Amino acid sequence: MIQNIIINGLINGSIYALLAIGFSLVFGVARIVNIAHTAFYMLAAYVIYVGFHYLGISPYVAMPLAIIIVGLLSVVCYKLFINPIREHEAAVLIATIALAMVIQEALLIGFGGHYLGVPPLVSGYSTIAGVKVTNQHLLALGVAILALVGAWALLMKTRLGLALRATAQDREVANLMGMNEARVAMLTMGISVMLAALAGAIVVPLFVLDPHMWMHPLIMMLAIVVLGGLGSMKGSFIGSYILAFAEVLVVFLLPMGAYLKGSVALSIMILVLLIRPEGLFGVAFEEER
Amino acid sequence: MKKRNVVLSMLLAICLVATFGFSAWGGEVIKIGVIGPMQFTQGEGHWNGATLAAEEINAKGGVQVGDKNLPIVLIKVDSNEFVSLPDATNAVELATSRYKVNYLVGGFRTEAVLVMQDIAMDNKTIFIGCGAAHPKLCGKVKADYDRYKYWFRVTPINSRFLVKVDFILLGMVAKIMAKQLNIPKIKVAIVAEKAVWCDPIVGIAEKNLPKMGMEVVGVWRPSPVATDVTAELSAIQSSGAHIVFTSFSSSVGITFAKQWGELKVPAAAVGINVEAQKDGFWAATSGKGNYTLTINTYGRVKITDQTIDFFDKYRKKFKEAPNYTAGTYDAVYILAEAITKAGSLNPDKLVPVIEKTDRTGASGRIVFDQTHDVTWGPGYVTSVGTQWQNGKNMVVWPYNWKGLTYEGAVPYLLPPWVVSHYKK
Repeated sequence: MIQNIIINGLINGSIYALLAIGFSLVFGVARIVNIAHTAFYMLAAYVIYVGFHYLGISPYVAMPLAIIIVGLLSVVCYKLFINPIREHEAAVLIATIALAMVIQEALLIGFGGHYLGVPPLVSGYSTIAGVKVTNQHLLALGVAILALVGAWALLMKTRLGLALRATAQDREVANLMGMNEARVAMLTMGISVMLAALAGAIVVPLFVLDPHMWMHPLIMMLAIVVLGGLGSMKGSFIGSYILAFAEVLVVFLLPMGAYLKGSVALSIMILVLLIRPEGLFGVAFEEER
Repeated sequence: MKKRNVVLSMLLAICLVATFGFSAWGGEVIKIGVIGPMQFTQGEGHWNGATLAAEEINAKGGVQVGDKNLPIVLIKVDSNEFVSLPDATNAVELATSRYKVNYLVGGFRTEAVLVMQDIAMDNKTIFIGCGAAHPKLCGKVKADYDRYKYWFRVTPINSRFLVKVDFILLGMVAKIMAKQLNIPKIKVAIVAEKAVWCDPIVGIAEKNLPKMGMEVVGVWRPSPVATDVTAELSAIQSSGAHIVFTSFSSSVGITFAKQWGELKVPAAAVGINVEAQKDGFWAATSGKGNYTLTINTYGRVKITDQTIDFFDKYRKKFKEAPNYTAGTYDAVYILAEAITKAGSLNPDKLVPVIEKTDRTGASGRIVFDQTHDVTWGPGYVTSVGTQWQNGKNMVVWPYNWKGLTYEGAVPYLLPPWVVSHYKK
């Protein structure tokens, strides 16, 4: 049971982390609360489905293609819907809700409410310490960890990462230091959505596709970023694993209450906020930023 | 400029005619509202079944009403009942008040149909249900006949009988396992999505399985939209269960079957899995749902002389197998035949005629009981058990059940990995 908890917790945590880090990044850098973040994750999954089932493209090709397409689409959406109203944070939030609904309805019209699936890249299972784990789950875990390491390297080891972190710390000073803040914001939007799309690509062989599949990850992602501290990427990373392990533990320890896993995870978030209102790694007041 | 005004005026006139034209058809056609969640499989089934019936009837000259023949016109009414109950209420109001439909067929979610039923009854509109199984819907006919006499149900069978068939299927598989694998006492894991409709099934199963000589090793209640049930499957395997008794109506049915097949859990999956009733199940599970057994309404077997013909026509036209909401096919025929017999469109004249229905339909012999519910049992509508066998959804029940085997039915197959696990 412990092996299962560890593996399932790591996989779910890594997928949540890919989503939450992207969300935190775009919030930290550009102050954009992108509610459509998980809608892009869903869109990537559907692009892979279309590529595989309708165009006959191998999933190995469809996956990177989907990440690029969705990333570019997010930049277009940013230019058209977000950039003109960027200074009004509440308006941006509402605009991204509308964008997510548009994506959902478009998929509903295009594919109906059918549950769809993509075959696993690797079939079969492996037995680890007496517990069966599907090979696709293990592959997903490996790719998610690699992606997280890649995201960390991008942020910490490149000039672009430095620019992103600098802008996240103080937009005005970053601007005064010669960084094109608007361009950085657009790039951040693209990168964060590409991380979401990567999460979508990882889950597509594991999960069932339907036009409402963005809702649950959205709630979990918001809970994670609040738990970790708004705008804190480290907080998002750690928060992802805390909530993912909480979910998995509920399933294992309370089989009759497996449906409560989301509620338990959200309760943990509330509990942490009661003790530490700014979240695990957030700052207490906006002025301190 | 003048020319543009003329064109615009013509367009406006066309729009007006298209918008208000329906009410002008009142005396010339029979308007049947097909109500359901049209963006979803269930609504598609409603619409497709009704379309097939209406096209067939109209091709033969329409419905004879006295000395004239009237065509059937179907009105698509999207209830959106999965997402919003108020939308379902508005939809039925729209159908009865705005489109002035003569009759309604369809409905899916019990919660929504209960409300839709009341509005239809207020308007004295005959409503033939083809989706919701709750006994309360027909119980109202018995409780207040004058108000609810316009309600009938064609599919699915009453949920009490659905549960009965559910247990018959479980008993059949338990018997086969015990015999083929020499297992003295069958252990059962109950896995039911956390939804209200599953609660009584779980309760009955926990109470009755020991009486049936089986042992319940645990109950698992995942969310209807759970995306991962490997934790549950690991626990089930650890419990030593021989059978997983499933109750799924949502996407978790696909997740479960996909991971059950991928992990080759040594327990046969039997019960209700609505997603496994659909042709898309095989692709959605990437074939991992092989050997899943579920209750179903239609299968390509000779339930009646009509069934295979209906099944093939449906699949040819809509590129998929009919699901139980396609019972609108029989519903439209029942209405058409009743109208001809009564020689009238008047619902009060039609109700006593529909009550006497004895129709050889696609799902079985349709006879209504006193509560206007479809009669269940051998010789009537039984429903079927279908099992995925290497890409084909085969009927495996009734098979030697009370002397009944539908022509074309095949024996149930235990998953090979289950056989090899217990024959070690």
